[in-house]
Amino acid sequence: MSSTTSDGLRADEGGAQRRPDGDGARRSVGHLAPALAILRRDLFVTWRELPAFLAQVLLQPVFLLFVFGQVLGSLGFLQEGYAALLFPGIVALTAFLTALQNTALPLVIDFSFSKEIEDRLLAPTPTTAVALEKIVFSSLRALVASAAMFPLGVWILGDIPWRTEALGWVVLFVVLGSLTGAAAGLPLGTLVPPSKINIVFALVLTPLLFTGASQYPWASLDVLRWFQVVTAFNPLTYVSEGLRGSLLPSTPHIPAWVCALALVGFLALFTATGLKGFLRRALD
Amino acid sequence: MPAATMGRVTSTAPAVEVVDLVKRYPKRGSNAVDGVSFAVRRGEVFGLLGPNGAGKTTTVGVLTTRVRATSGRAVVAGADVAADPPAARARLAVVPQRPNLDQSLTARQNLLFHAAYHGVGKGERVRRADDLLERFGLGERADSKVDEVSGGQAQRLMIARALMHDPQVLFLDEPSTGLDPQARLFVWERVRDLRERGTTVLLTTHDMDEAQELCDRVGIVDHGRLLDLDTPAALVARHSDGGTVEVVVTPPEGVDDVAGAVRQALERVDGVRGTDEMPAERPAARVRATVAGDPAALLAPVAEAVASTGAVVTDVRLGRPDLEDVFISLTGRELR
Repeated sequence: MSSTTSDGLRADEGGAQRRPDGDGARRSVGHLAPALAILRRDLFVTWRELPAFLAQVLLQPVFLLFVFGQVLGSLGFLQEGYAALLFPGIVALTAFLTALQNTALPLVIDFSFSKEIEDRLLAPTPTTAVALEKIVFSSLRALVASAAMFPLGVWILGDIPWRTEALGWVVLFVVLGSLTGAAAGLPLGTLVPPSKINIVFALVLTPLLFTGASQYPWASLDVLRWFQVVTAFNPLTYVSEGLRGSLLPSTPHIPAWVCALALVGFLALFTATGLKGFLRRALD
Repeated sequence: MPAATMGRVTSTAPAVEVVDLVKRYPKRGSNAVDGVSFAVRRGEVFGLLGPNGAGKTTTVGVLTTRVRATSGRAVVAGADVAADPPAARARLAVVPQRPNLDQSLTARQNLLFHAAYHGVGKGERVRRADDLLERFGLGERADSKVDEVSGGQAQRLMIARALMHDPQVLFLDEPSTGLDPQARLFVWERVRDLRERGTTVLLTTHDMDEAQELCDRVGIVDHGRLLDLDTPAALVARHSDGGTVEVVVTPPEGVDDVAGAVRQALERVDGVRGTDEMPAERPAARVRATVAGDPAALLAPVAEAVASTGAVVTDVRLGRPDLEDVFISLTGRELR
């Protein structure tokens, strides 16, 4: 933490005698330190509002899990084992959508109304670093939210699918899902004009929520071929399938490597378009 | 230590240098900034004066790395803003026209995190924050959320925040727009403090009083062009037709047309171009003389001329030309 201290910045006391030159010291601070300081500010604010943050991001997945996994099951509308199929999908959904919303919404507000982002854009670091910090921060929030879904799942469903030997894959897909969702929020938050953000959010979020193979295994859509094709374009499908395949290997699923590859592809695509959109908004 | 001297800015190098700067927006017919060149000396308070939309804010946008120039060159404290924006950002600070404080943080936290973004060490940033909160009269507001502070306090807090990383050049965009007179005077005082401390200040304003009061030199900007640049006094001397001397006189006993007599006497004074009679309460008369150059210099001859008529001067008012006159002379329009 103390590594950001730089002697060059302390050099002048009176003001009349300018610092010999802060540059050497400032360069050594590097471009990463400002971005990390910005991340620290975001984590500081999140930590202070932790209960509100968790309520905000967990309410939707918890209700989905409760109604579709518990209530409908108790009423006898569901086949045996559906709750286990649902759980990995809900974790995926939590990771992906939490990250997406946590990038997109604050960006719209920042650029259009509060202008808070201006002080960050003037930090001595490349503008793209400020954008990448947004992705990292939203991903961290999404990771916390999806991790919280495991104890909540046990509490709601009584039992969740778990294979300790698949832990590495689970972590990989939660991280990739969070990063991809966060990156997807970047073009959404920067390319959409503020006056249209409400409508765009409604038009984007609901389809993403239901075409992401969260509530059904992708392979079972054989019987509904057109819908299966549609879902293949939703990055969330690969997070759901990757997690489901890791936790329930006996359920037919898209191979893990295909899921990982698809997510890396989406991540690259969203990051590239998102950075472009961010630079367009940040620089005139 | 070659590393320490590399990129070092010698004291004779300008703090800000702008060469043939052009900013064209695709959808606009004319250039927002149209070939502007100027240099700001170290430690100087420099003003860009012009109406809204003249290109001042765009120019500052380029200098503060937020607007990409179409062509031309801009250097701040030795850093080329286009080639190395992070280096320029490390050496400059901006106080924007509209509040952009971090709403999730308190006043003190706004200062501390800003300094952290700029790599100021922990002990140092706490010390600076305390010092600046005190200097800017925000001590009692230190732990308030920023949405609880008044407009004037927010403006002061933004200036304090800008100073947290000890910038070499401070940009103030319309620093007193929207402030009440008291808050405005406070901001002006702080800018004078900064000059004494040797910080270079570049401010934009459409307020001629502000330019005249604060700036060592002023650049007059209109339609994206820099029309002239000099000290306020030199600009006024160059572009205005002098001023006015207005006298109120009481006539001696038995004189009917004191105004006519005084006008005749004044028109014989060297430097007086003409006279007018202004409305006044009888039996007093009010006469205004238009003069070349500084009206104060003609005070004695004018008093003498009035005395020669036997009338007694009861009031004198000098009309000095100001930057408003300069602007009208340069553009044919009023500033406001």
